[in-house]
Amino acid sequence: MTELTRAPTAPAELLRRLGLIDWLYALALVAGAGYALMHFCGFMDAYEKSFLVLAVPLFSWLGWRWSGLRNMLIAAAIAAFASITLYAQDLGRAEKVFLLKYFLSSQTAIMWMSALVFFATGAYWLGVVARAQFASRLGSALTWSAAGAGLTGLLVRWYESYLISPDVGHIPVANLYEVFVLFTVLTALIYLSYERRYATRQLGPFVLLVISAAVGFLLWYSFTRNAQDIQPLIPALQSYWMKIHVPANFIGYGAFAVAAMVAVAWLCAERGILKAHIPPLEVLDDVMYRAIGIGFAFFTVATILGALWAAEAWGTYWQWDPKETWALIVWLNYAAWLHMRLTKGLRGAVLAWWALIGLVVTSFAFLGVNMVLSGLHSYGSL
Amino acid sequence: MKKTSVSRALFELLSSMRFAISLLTLLAIASIIGTVLKQNDAYNAYLNQFGPFWFPIFEKLGLYAVYNAGWFLTILAFLVVSTSVCIVRQIHPMTKEMRAFKEHARETSLRLFKHHAEFEIGDYASAEQSTRAYLQQIGFSSRENPREDGLLIAAKRGAWGRWGYFLAHGGLVVICLGGLLDGNLPLKLQMALGGKKPTQGNQLIADIPAASRLSEDNWSYRGNVFIPEGRSSDTAILNVADGILLQPLPFTISLQKFHIDHYETGQPKRFASDIILTDKKTGQSLTRTIEVNKPFEYAGVTLYQASFDDGGSKLSLRAWPLAGGAPEDIEGAIGEQRPLKGYTVEYTAFRPFNVENIAEPPADSQSALTQFEAHLGSAAKRTEHKDFRNLGPSLTYKLRDSAGQAREFLNYMLPMEQDGRWFLMAGMRESQAEGFRFMRIPVDDAGRVDSFFAIRTILLDPKQHERLAQRFAKAVAQVDQAANPSADMQAKLKETGLRTLQLFSLRGFESLGAFIDKSIPEKEREQVAGNFIQILKSIVWQAWMVAREEQKLPALEPTPQHNAFIGDVLNSVSDSFHYAAPVYLQLSQFEEIQASVLQATRSPGKKWVYLGSLLLVLGVFAMLYVRERRIFVLIKRDGKALFALSSNRVSLDVEREFAQHRDALRQALNTPAADSMKTAP
Repeated sequence: MTELTRAPTAPAELLRRLGLIDWLYALALVAGAGYALMHFCGFMDAYEKSFLVLAVPLFSWLGWRWSGLRNMLIAAAIAAFASITLYAQDLGRAEKVFLLKYFLSSQTAIMWMSALVFFATGAYWLGVVARAQFASRLGSALTWSAAGAGLTGLLVRWYESYLISPDVGHIPVANLYEVFVLFTVLTALIYLSYERRYATRQLGPFVLLVISAAVGFLLWYSFTRNAQDIQPLIPALQSYWMKIHVPANFIGYGAFAVAAMVAVAWLCAERGILKAHIPPLEVLDDVMYRAIGIGFAFFTVATILGALWAAEAWGTYWQWDPKETWALIVWLNYAAWLHMRLTKGLRGAVLAWWALIGLVVTSFAFLGVNMVLSGLHSYGSL
Repeated sequence: MKKTSVSRALFELLSSMRFAISLLTLLAIASIIGTVLKQNDAYNAYLNQFGPFWFPIFEKLGLYAVYNAGWFLTILAFLVVSTSVCIVRQIHPMTKEMRAFKEHARETSLRLFKHHAEFEIGDYASAEQSTRAYLQQIGFSSRENPREDGLLIAAKRGAWGRWGYFLAHGGLVVICLGGLLDGNLPLKLQMALGGKKPTQGNQLIADIPAASRLSEDNWSYRGNVFIPEGRSSDTAILNVADGILLQPLPFTISLQKFHIDHYETGQPKRFASDIILTDKKTGQSLTRTIEVNKPFEYAGVTLYQASFDDGGSKLSLRAWPLAGGAPEDIEGAIGEQRPLKGYTVEYTAFRPFNVENIAEPPADSQSALTQFEAHLGSAAKRTEHKDFRNLGPSLTYKLRDSAGQAREFLNYMLPMEQDGRWFLMAGMRESQAEGFRFMRIPVDDAGRVDSFFAIRTILLDPKQHERLAQRFAKAVAQVDQAANPSADMQAKLKETGLRTLQLFSLRGFESLGAFIDKSIPEKEREQVAGNFIQILKSIVWQAWMVAREEQKLPALEPTPQHNAFIGDVLNSVSDSFHYAAPVYLQLSQFEEIQASVLQATRSPGKKWVYLGSLLLVLGVFAMLYVRERRIFVLIKRDGKALFALSSNRVSLDVEREFAQHRDALRQALNTPAADSMKTAP
């Protein structure tokens, strides 16, 4: 548990520790943002430009603090850049160029992501059941690769949408298919951050199950409904708010999903299942609290951003639309969870079950509302 | 004395965590109702859904507008009160806690801390120094308490994180209060105290009584302004329960043009209204464009692009009477109702174009591998078969009979191609729940429906039957010259033609089919049916020629195209028996007039809600991520030091930090001052 004893780094110390790659990485971010500002200025409003500028310090800081993330971002950026170069502004080349067809076009990259998630799940389970260190390490590597492939897929999809027509082009967080890919990538990253923080790979088998379920849904959705086709944005979605509201929401959903799967591990361990193979209950409890904490914070921000957007698009910040109401229910649920833990000092099985039920409520807010109930968020529908 | 104990108990209840959590749960459950049951629908719809027994009960419970119901607002109010009481209750202890260093802690209580450690010190004086230096280095502020047995240094960090509690809970209260200002409570008050009453039914705006008009000074409302192109409006309409209220605006909005832009695929791309806004007081005018996601605020009222509608498009129609007779040209407009042949026609909707995907789904015979490969590559390629066609303008109208029963009709203006032939589609349905069933009216060489209606009139006119049968018999005889037709044979042919035509004129193929089923043995039915069709097609041809003669047009040569045409006419005439309408209204010309629906909102609580949201976010992050840590170091003259650490949160971090500080301090204190000087690099 060497990682666990590492104290949070002070800014000064962080800067001192930076190596050449860190600086090159930051420089690449600056250069990328500068290039985008110079060449695609006309496609962005003032808010979007400020998001782009703020993304540079944000991603520098994240990458500096977490070298794994930095490496993944660099790899995904190189892959996406290679893909764009191979496309040479011609969508038809996705069928002709070998590298595009089998690796770097958006759909293929997302297929790779899906396959890698399943492989990672298998490797993690092998690692935990057979206590094979190597398999667990492979699981981590595969999860990183899956996140990288998914991110590449999203970036390339973003580019492809502009190749269809400049007015169709948009960031790929606009429909259920796209956000499922985003969910997969973000949940994997949230999990990997805990893997690093707690220096344990033994939660992978559980968390990867929920990611696999998401990927299973994604494949079903794509093969039976052709959901992957890029659709143009309806007027209500043409807003800079989408770029922050949706990712913030999915950090929340991803964190809640991780918490629920850790709760499953907790409940298993409590019943003696795999007890010797997974971290002690206190660690599980701590991860669960942390995941719900970060999820709650981001979900609060996301809901407020949604309200600000609603005020601009629909004329009121809150109108008890089913999606809004269910977001409130999710929020109230986790608010109650946090109160019970922090103020009442509740621990143990009740909180674990509650976190698991929380995922059911969250899934309903995320998917069920779109399937069962009608409302203003119908563009997220199945 | 008793009174204080009651209020004390109430205070305890309201500020208890159990009560707050119960309220959160109750609120969550109550909120579900409104997501399952469609809110603010028409009362008739609820009546249909629940029946006369449950409808009034649910109405009393406020289920049709749950979030505005008294009981729901009461839960919210309790939550606000409970949160506020909690805040009040915590102010004193928490601020005290935040300020305090607790430098008077006793050794025995320090030893009760979960995280404490004791170690030897090298040198008393330098131990004091090292402790101070270490605490400063890790960013703790400290206070010292010299005592008999030594020195207690009490230090803390992140105590201000407790502000997060006030920010988050205060933010929540501010949001709820702000929301209350924008809810419909102000409106309910005006209705209760100001005697305002919603009005029902279709009146002209000018006829709506003053009791249903709100004051221009009303400070909180949300209503819709309907403006057709080229017209103006200064009134918003508020939907209240099962009626409406009028809200005069401080300005007049005139709509110059409403835009809908489309993507290539026909999906809408942009809705925008070009408006001129004229201030009623100053008379000043502004020109603006309001779009979705781009509202415009003026004089405290925000205008949003909410919706659009038809603004009364003008229609030129040709009414083809199905009972026969000459067509009649009439005028109409969307939204109008006019009498027509004993019915009332209501023009409900006009669409200038209809883009539809008319592609056939692909065959399912693809192999799994091909299907998989179809999902690789770029997401821009269309795996779904799509072939977008603009089917041209369409008109929807209703025909209501004297009993009030209405059928709905959907007619396209332009013919559509099917198998190389062209048809005008005329749709009809009995109720909204059904899909439209279409009569396909074949168009002639000139692309018109005139031939069809002329043929149909002659074909179904009993006075013409004799003549058509005669011509049919003659024509058959001419073709079969070689067979040496006798007069007897001719008479027989004529009889057959006449009987067939008369049968067909009853209910089309339906009556023919019934006849065949009744009187022909099963084996021969198919052949007889084929014969009937042949006979009818010949008669239709004769009817066409008669029609042309009457119009003084030259006769036509039978060609495959013409043959196909008469087949289509026959089918369509048969279908027309199911077209339950006195007329077919053909759209010949139109002038589209669109209307924009803008939402006008005055929302005084918005800034409070935003402020509350900001406080909430700051508070949540502070509560979760600013950790309060307290360190106590008791340096004793007897050569020992007691180190204790406490935190307001129990988590693994605390263990880690404790170990880290313990080890660092042990090292710093344990080394004699002189030694540390020497060993320092």
